[in-house]
Amino acid sequence: MKLHEYQAKGVFAGAGLPVPESRLASTVDEAVAAADEIGYPVAVKAQVQVGGRGKAGGIELVENETETREAAAAILGMDLKGLHVDRVLVESAVDFVDELYAGVTMDRAKGEPVAMVSTEGGVDIEEVAAENPDAIAREHVDPASGLQPYQARRAVFEAGVDREVATDVARVLTTLYDLWAERDATEIEVNPVMVTADDDAVCADAVMNVDDDALFRQSELAAMEEEAAGDELEAKANEYGFDYVRLSGNVGIIGNGAGLVMTTLDLVDYFGGTPANFLDIGGGAKAERVTNALDMVFSDENVDSVVFNIFGGITRGDEVAKGINEALAQFDEIPKPVVVRLAGTNATEGMEILNTDLVTVEETLESAVERAVEYTEGNQ
Amino acid sequence: MSILVDDDTRVVVQGITGGEGQFHTEQMMSYGTNVVAGAVPGRGGQEVDGVPVYDTVEQAAREEDANASVIFVPPAFAADAVLEALDSPVELAVAITEGIPQQDMAKVYAQLEVSDTDLIGPNCPGIITPGEAKLGILPGNIFAGGDVGLVSRSGTLTYQVVDNLTQRGIGQTTAIGIGGDPIIGTDFVDALAYFEDDPDTKAVAMCGEIGGQDEEEAAAFIGDHMDTPVAGFIAGRTAPPGKRMGHAGAIVSGGGGTGTAESKIQALDDAGVPVGDTPNEVADHIEAFL
Repeated sequence: MKLHEYQAKGVFAGAGLPVPESRLASTVDEAVAAADEIGYPVAVKAQVQVGGRGKAGGIELVENETETREAAAAILGMDLKGLHVDRVLVESAVDFVDELYAGVTMDRAKGEPVAMVSTEGGVDIEEVAAENPDAIAREHVDPASGLQPYQARRAVFEAGVDREVATDVARVLTTLYDLWAERDATEIEVNPVMVTADDDAVCADAVMNVDDDALFRQSELAAMEEEAAGDELEAKANEYGFDYVRLSGNVGIIGNGAGLVMTTLDLVDYFGGTPANFLDIGGGAKAERVTNALDMVFSDENVDSVVFNIFGGITRGDEVAKGINEALAQFDEIPKPVVVRLAGTNATEGMEILNTDLVTVEETLESAVERAVEYTEGNQ
Repeated sequence: MSILVDDDTRVVVQGITGGEGQFHTEQMMSYGTNVVAGAVPGRGGQEVDGVPVYDTVEQAAREEDANASVIFVPPAFAADAVLEALDSPVELAVAITEGIPQQDMAKVYAQLEVSDTDLIGPNCPGIITPGEAKLGILPGNIFAGGDVGLVSRSGTLTYQVVDNLTQRGIGQTTAIGIGGDPIIGTDFVDALAYFEDDPDTKAVAMCGEIGGQDEEEAAAFIGDHMDTPVAGFIAGRTAPPGKRMGHAGAIVSGGGGTGTAESKIQALDDAGVPVGDTPNEVADHIEAFL
């Protein structure tokens, strides 16, 4: 789960990190009122979860009310890389002389968190990592004891941060690590950390991703989840408890197990189609989950055909077949053609139960996907 | 021959009194696995399907000579259960649980480096040596004994590839699901090294997916250290960056785009490992090796 900037900054401020004063606004008048309270100059920032907001026109620096009106009117309601902007953060503009990067993430290969500092702030850090890896100072952290102050100092001095601001930046880094550990973050970063003429460090942006698997013990962050959700169908998937990712194609996909569902998507592409979604109904699915899954995929207006691919381990083919029959029996006319392939536990029983007036049955993964792609081409 | 588990494996099931634990204990036993004990704190002295339950893994290992553990413990408590297994005499722990918080696994990983116990998983279907022992939730009936090793990050994709092999009469020495989480115990390189050392494994099928660098490391290992031929499959060619595709570990990171299917396929290709476009093509490559 990824927090919005304003949510992450609220968490940062609560931990004592230096963040600029800000207000959230959803109308032009609210934005003007917020700017008046904070005092000019301010930044007006779109609250959507995409990188590169500034370049895409989602961040404007303004000096007065007229400019604030113009900027807020332009940004509110705009489409930023496919996401609708319905709120802006109005934030005191920082007069900076330098931009740094500070962050904490998980090094998967080492199974250890890693804290990072760079003087190459304000640009995409993954580009820095690819082009100039030595510009990023890294400290691996023993999760049992946490990031030690000397490690933070070492990273800051290795990175070449000016001595005058080094202590402040080191403190930002240890605080970020503590937040990362206490709040079950998977990634936390400030890019840029702005350095002012007075040698203060200010967290001008805030990125925080929280481990979905730890939300059970992070109730304050879990409460922010609904607002953090983007797409309407993805919100519905949350409600049904499915792993779901919406894509832009027209072949709807339902399956069990992440690897096999991903493979089904890839095969749709391989046979010349385009996948509409990733939907994993999980292990041991009963009839009701099957019905919910079909409901999800049918409600995506881009979908022209559906492939239902189950390899039963814990999941039983007869349960799935029952669910498919029940779900489709509700319709006078099946909204989109459905191709079903069942294998594994009780697959034979499942195939016998399936109502072949309602669905097309295929024996293999490949033939099922090929058939579903054919259906989108109007070859029914 | 096989790797890690066989007829001599004596299993303790952590979480044997839970719904999943009980169901899969029955399934494992009916497959022929030698389940000798359960371990559930506070339930010592009870029995499940005739299997004696102990309060701790330590007791189960001592009293019943258990040398491997299978963990069916809910996510909030699972990391602690894994740590208990690592700090006990069992030589192998298999963690089936999905949804263990990453930071808990980071603590487990630190212990793993100093423990003599191997960990498979978490978030995995387990390990099976056909006809001898199954530790986990894999459907035993699709497997057949033979001379192909299989290692995979995904459960059902493993079943798909095994089915493609078994259907054409190609059996398996051992199949391991290493799990779909970002932080896991046994990784591709570990599993490939075991298969390389097993004289009965004549070829290996390896199923990777997007996210992380494990497949790239495996490719380098195959190129430098393996004589046994390997065929590969990589799931997630069509996955968009920044989206978690079901598995917590299956994500292409944004910006720089690390962990992509292209990068993994390229690395395997460079190491001379044929990569199938479909699961059935993996079986084609394996058949050609034998």
